[in-house]
Amino acid sequence: MEFLVIQFLNGLASASSLFLVASGLTIIFGVTRVVNFAHGSLYMLGAYIALTIVEQLPRDPWLYWSGILAAAVAVGIIGVAIEVLLLRRIYHAPELFQLLATFGVVLVIEDVALWIWGPEDRLGPRAPGLRGAVEILGQRFPQYELLLIAIGPIVLLLLWLLFTRTRWGTLVRAATQDREMVAALGVDQKWLFTSVFFLGAFLAGLGGALQVARAPTTLHMDLDIIAEVFVVTVVGGMGSVPGAFLAALLISELHAFGIMVFPKITLVLTFLVMAVVLVIRPYGLLGRPPTHARAAGPVRAIMLEPAPRALVAAGVAALAAAIVLPLMGGDYARIMATEMVILVLFAASLHFMMGPGGLASFGHAAYFGVGAYAGALLLKHLGAPMEIGLLAAPLAAGAAGILVGFFVVRLEGVYLAMLTLAFAQIAWSAAFQWVDVTGGDNGILGVWPSAWAKDKSVYYLFVLAVCVAGTLALRHAIHAPFGYALRAARDNRLRAEAIGIDVDRVRWAAFAVAAAFAGIAGALFAYAKGSVFPTYLAIPKSVDALLMVLLGGIETLSGPIVGALVFHGLQEQLVRWVEHWRAAMGLVIIGLVLAFPQGIAGFVRDRGWGRGRR
Amino acid sequence: MNIERRTFLAAGAAATLGAPAIARGQGAAIRIGEINSYTAQPAFLAPYRNGWNLALEEANAAGGIGGRRLETVFRDDAGKPEDAVRFAGELITAEKVDLLSGGFLSNVGLAIADYANQNKRLYVASEPLSDALVWGKGNRYTFRLRPSTYMQAAMLAEEAAKVDAKRWAIVSPNYEYGQSAAKWFKELLTRMKPGVEFVAEQFPALGRIDAGATVQAVEQARPDAIFNVTFGGDLTNFVRQGNTRGLFEKRFVASMLTGEPEYMDPLKDECPEGWVVTGYPWDQIQTANHRRFREAYQKRFNDYPRLGSVVGYDTVVSIVAMLRKAGTTDTEKMVDAMKGLAFESAFGEGPVVYRALDHQATLGAYVGKTTLKGGKGIMVGWRYADGAKYLPSDDVVRTLRPQGGGGPAPAVRRVLRGAGGGRPRRRFARDRRWNFSSSSS
Repeated sequence: MEFLVIQFLNGLASASSLFLVASGLTIIFGVTRVVNFAHGSLYMLGAYIALTIVEQLPRDPWLYWSGILAAAVAVGIIGVAIEVLLLRRIYHAPELFQLLATFGVVLVIEDVALWIWGPEDRLGPRAPGLRGAVEILGQRFPQYELLLIAIGPIVLLLLWLLFTRTRWGTLVRAATQDREMVAALGVDQKWLFTSVFFLGAFLAGLGGALQVARAPTTLHMDLDIIAEVFVVTVVGGMGSVPGAFLAALLISELHAFGIMVFPKITLVLTFLVMAVVLVIRPYGLLGRPPTHARAAGPVRAIMLEPAPRALVAAGVAALAAAIVLPLMGGDYARIMATEMVILVLFAASLHFMMGPGGLASFGHAAYFGVGAYAGALLLKHLGAPMEIGLLAAPLAAGAAGILVGFFVVRLEGVYLAMLTLAFAQIAWSAAFQWVDVTGGDNGILGVWPSAWAKDKSVYYLFVLAVCVAGTLALRHAIHAPFGYALRAARDNRLRAEAIGIDVDRVRWAAFAVAAAFAGIAGALFAYAKGSVFPTYLAIPKSVDALLMVLLGGIETLSGPIVGALVFHGLQEQLVRWVEHWRAAMGLVIIGLVLAFPQGIAGFVRDRGWGRGRR
Repeated sequence: MNIERRTFLAAGAAATLGAPAIARGQGAAIRIGEINSYTAQPAFLAPYRNGWNLALEEANAAGGIGGRRLETVFRDDAGKPEDAVRFAGELITAEKVDLLSGGFLSNVGLAIADYANQNKRLYVASEPLSDALVWGKGNRYTFRLRPSTYMQAAMLAEEAAKVDAKRWAIVSPNYEYGQSAAKWFKELLTRMKPGVEFVAEQFPALGRIDAGATVQAVEQARPDAIFNVTFGGDLTNFVRQGNTRGLFEKRFVASMLTGEPEYMDPLKDECPEGWVVTGYPWDQIQTANHRRFREAYQKRFNDYPRLGSVVGYDTVVSIVAMLRKAGTTDTEKMVDAMKGLAFESAFGEGPVVYRALDHQATLGAYVGKTTLKGGKGIMVGWRYADGAKYLPSDDVVRTLRPQGGGGPAPAVRRVLRGAGGGRPRRRFARDRRWNFSSSSS
């Protein structure tokens, strides 16, 4: 009994920390519709800045807490800088495009933190006056954790007062419900967005600063927390602060008690909870359906006519170059070209559901990974050759897509994307933990192509043929009646249903098709590498796919192709020649985002073919 | 940091100039392709790179290898095995390196090892701790420097058997390094002290330990002793919560890697006292070779060496010794030279040998107790545990490692024969065991 009480208190303390960070994210999303990937980085900066401040100060409670607040304010100002200098310029870009920009910020902050604070973990001083423990039911419980337990509800109360008792709060609530209406009533949106960003970043910074007395400050903090914070935000309902509190509580308590029953399941528990919640309540615990399903950026009628002649010529030239150049170059050119071509198919498959289908996915790597594992497992357990593996890959990935799609396609926007992430994480943890079958994190080795394709030139040409065929097939599907139905479903659900399109079924089919093509890419990748690992289905791979599509331009068919080539080529070159390649990569991404808010291919289309709306 | 960056840029520039078609005759530099998770694991790998550069400069100052300079091309795999494989290909085909080295995570190490085996290139794995690297998935072209998970668990099991503790709890990160360290420790300790019980096992996700809840769960089981495998941020978190809640009071704790400065120094004055740990008491080792190494390192980088520095340094030293012995950069001859190669580690505790039997080096680790001195943790009462003494017998190793050349690992014939006798087990149980026994650092 005592034990259960203490464990409950432990859960409460974790919930408070999680809530602070998640509330900031949910407020930012609610108003600006920006999925702020850099929120974890702001949290990390809060911790590092607080650490730097309190280490300089004498051990005095007043000074200590002033230092913590100062750090949170500093992070708030950094948040404002990000909003004013970067995000403000791209609010009118297509949905989720801001994610790309904030991802660039993540990369830059990672390297800046390494440069300023060094590679070693830093343990900050404990809070003065709260170093010890108190006895609760015969068990010692840290005083600081008690304070944290109190801080969560206090912040919730303050936020509630702020939102209900001030004019600013009323405006924020109004903007969360209907942004266009608030603008129509003459409220200065710029100022509102900037102040909301300050508050969100301040809360993230405060969450980080409060961790200093509790846990070490490390360079991994940003990415360690971001996935969990997204989950809390979505489970609670995006834009809902009380929802974030409830979700933080739910997930933290499940953790605290879950480790007693299933100590090995912590990796996936959070995502299981999210999957269950979203299947039952598609908009989170306290969320409500958005008034405008697609609030950010106008939807444009695109991709209706066949490619202009210049584009066809460019495509043929590119294909000719893709056949000739790698064969003229060395082995490494062929290795690189093989990877790029595979990623083109991977990005095209995501674009298929994301562009025409409007189904953004944060977990597309799952199908890439399922395809790769299908080939590798058949080889490992049954000795099946590459040809069989390549046939099995789209079947396995497509089957996974059908299964997941069943739950997913009823949802919209970010909720849909987060549910795909939850399923991807469940697949990832199966690959990671089911050691008997998958080899765990050590993966499966020796997944090499059949003898006839062993030569790197031959394998490259084979991959090129498969991927070009796959990409063209997807392109064809978009121009087929199926593609028109899919776009109709995206643009207006009601009208599409009125003319007899079964919206859910069309979207479901698109989801499965995209998954199957990703599976082909995954299997080709596995045979190119000779091995598969759980990293193939991990979040970074999903994010890569998303970035490629966004970078290239979601509103064009050539977007994913351009995006994959630019993103992968850039990363590969920077890693080779620049030590601080993450910062360089981040800056390049930010530069591209500012220069091409419609994506690179979108920019070329707008300028080159004079079809722009401006 | 500055100097380091310059060296890096120099290496990069050299790599650019030296692109594919360089004449590779007598006098051309010998190139090492070094792949590591520099951005993902900077705490270990920044000192590692310093140690590496120090040894490289020393070797070149001493005239290189038969008049040929040594060069390094660094690549950052960012912790992704698939990127490591790509860089292995790039280094060999585009940069024309003569051998590969590096690897921090075990899956990265295994991926490079498989690539090396396929392409018949020498790979000197410096850091990955996975047992599979030299045993279950060992191959002709892969050699490993650091004491493996098995070896370090065996060192601590030996100490744990000496204390009077029956009820044990285990806290270990939830991936293969943690799982296999826990498994070996249980197996070895049970064999040495048949009466022990394992009453609680916690496997927090790497980097995301819920420390308060974990401490409470361990406390709940009322163990006499704890075996800890967490490191880095998880360890710091665990220790702070455990200290405040009195988890470690009157309990024996054996802890993997905790004595390494990389993980002990961040604990500062909260470093727990009386834990038995493996580690590296850098300021106390007074062998002639280590004194020389420490002084040179401090002079060169104005910082003290971490364990990573020693690993980086020793990797280069052993490669240099191999090149002198082989007298050529022909891969097969280099592999032959690596077998049984003896070199002097920066530890200075006598020659270290890459065993011909399984390609594992006999480098050891220091085992001692933690204590606080001057506001930070140090190791006391330590001894050097020679790696050669913490490996299974040769007969057993032969059963663990695929014998006879490279190629994918054939099924393991027999299971480890310990005190329990060599009874053969069912096939699936054995397979599971070897999948589980791999780990990473």
